[in-house]
Amino acid sequence: MASETHSGQGSGLEFHPMDQFIVKPLFGDGPVGMFTVTNVTLWMAISVLAVVLLLIVGTSRRAIVPSRSQSVAELAYGFVYKMIEDVAGKDGLKYFPYIMTLFMFVLFSNVLGLIPSAFTTTSHIAVTAVLAMGVFLTVTILGFVKNGAAFLGLFWVSSAPLALRPVLALIELISYFVRPVSHSIRLAGNMMAGHAVLKVFAGFAASALIAPFAIGAITAMYALELLVACVQAYVFTILTCVYLKDALHPSH
Amino acid sequence: MASETQAPVSSCVDAGGSAIGMPQLCGDWMGNQIFWLVVTLVVMFFILSKIALPRIAAVLAERQGRITNDIAAAEELRKKAQEAEAAYEKALAEAKAEAGRIVAEAKAEMQAEMDVEIAKADAEIAAQTAESEKKIVEIREGALEAVKEVAMDTAQDIVTAMGGKADAKSVTAAVNERMKG
Repeated sequence: MASETHSGQGSGLEFHPMDQFIVKPLFGDGPVGMFTVTNVTLWMAISVLAVVLLLIVGTSRRAIVPSRSQSVAELAYGFVYKMIEDVAGKDGLKYFPYIMTLFMFVLFSNVLGLIPSAFTTTSHIAVTAVLAMGVFLTVTILGFVKNGAAFLGLFWVSSAPLALRPVLALIELISYFVRPVSHSIRLAGNMMAGHAVLKVFAGFAASALIAPFAIGAITAMYALELLVACVQAYVFTILTCVYLKDALHPSH
Repeated sequence: MASETQAPVSSCVDAGGSAIGMPQLCGDWMGNQIFWLVVTLVVMFFILSKIALPRIAAVLAERQGRITNDIAAAEELRKKAQEAEAAYEKALAEAKAEAGRIVAEAKAEMQAEMDVEIAKADAEIAAQTAESEKKIVEIREGALEAVKEVAMDTAQDIVTAMGGKADAKSVTAAVNERMKG
């Protein structure tokens, strides 16, 4: 965001929509190493703080008749709990804390990223890929541990004609391995695109002639992005539940 | 932030501090992001699984239990109220029946008493009537006697005044003869 200021010195419009995704050290200007405290660290810490604030401070009174924050915490809890129960079944509830962690992290990263001048951690492939690979590996290992070789039945569509089954198995296998890619790129792509578009409109606002339009567009895009932030968190979580269901009940 | 005028510290940032291409694809930063992501996820997982989720689950379970208890208590109270109402209805019906019985009894008693009194009064009236009739007969007879006597006296006097000789026997016979007529 700060990098926008230097472009103002130039002649009129200059767009740097991708600058908001630059990873910078929080202290000093040195190179970004593995353990450097960066804006990534800051915004991930803020998301942890927000989760603590909502789910722990908000529920600290343990009231029978909940306060507002406790209601929201209970709503989030019930939302994810019901999602797992509906999609993955009762035996999926064992993995509730894991899925809840994913949901809360993605939701808060997405929404906090919409604060002006914030850094959106979930707009980076590196982050979402780790999340998606985590889900992929967990689900695959879980599938083999729970069902043994029967897990491979996931790829063998027994309801299809015998001649088609090898072909379908190949397709199923490819689609299975594409899952983490689509899972991660969907989230990162949505976040990145929305933020880049907002930045482009913000760049247009520098010109007095189109500023009203640009500001209107930013407002509209912001509302849309708020929706997208929540929907993508939901999509990421429900897909995790679907994959978990495949691992627990691999029969088609 | 302040790095704009300095030399780029990363291969993904140009001299002006702007991104070269997509920062998402910059390999220099991925290790950092992955490290902090893993730290964040582990911290968040422990916060959720050790504190937040058990607490919310406990609150929800407690609320569910309280609701179930309250509904059961309400059901019990309703049953009690119904019982009380039934008992009240029964008592009311009994009291009504008792009142009806008492009224009927009192009526019968009064009727009996009245009958006795009426009978007594009737008997008294009859006795008095009979006595009165006897008295009337006596008076009537007394009156006839007196008339006969007066008539005889008068007749004797009239006969004497006329200058005749009044013989008591014939006067009496004459008066008796007249009075029969």
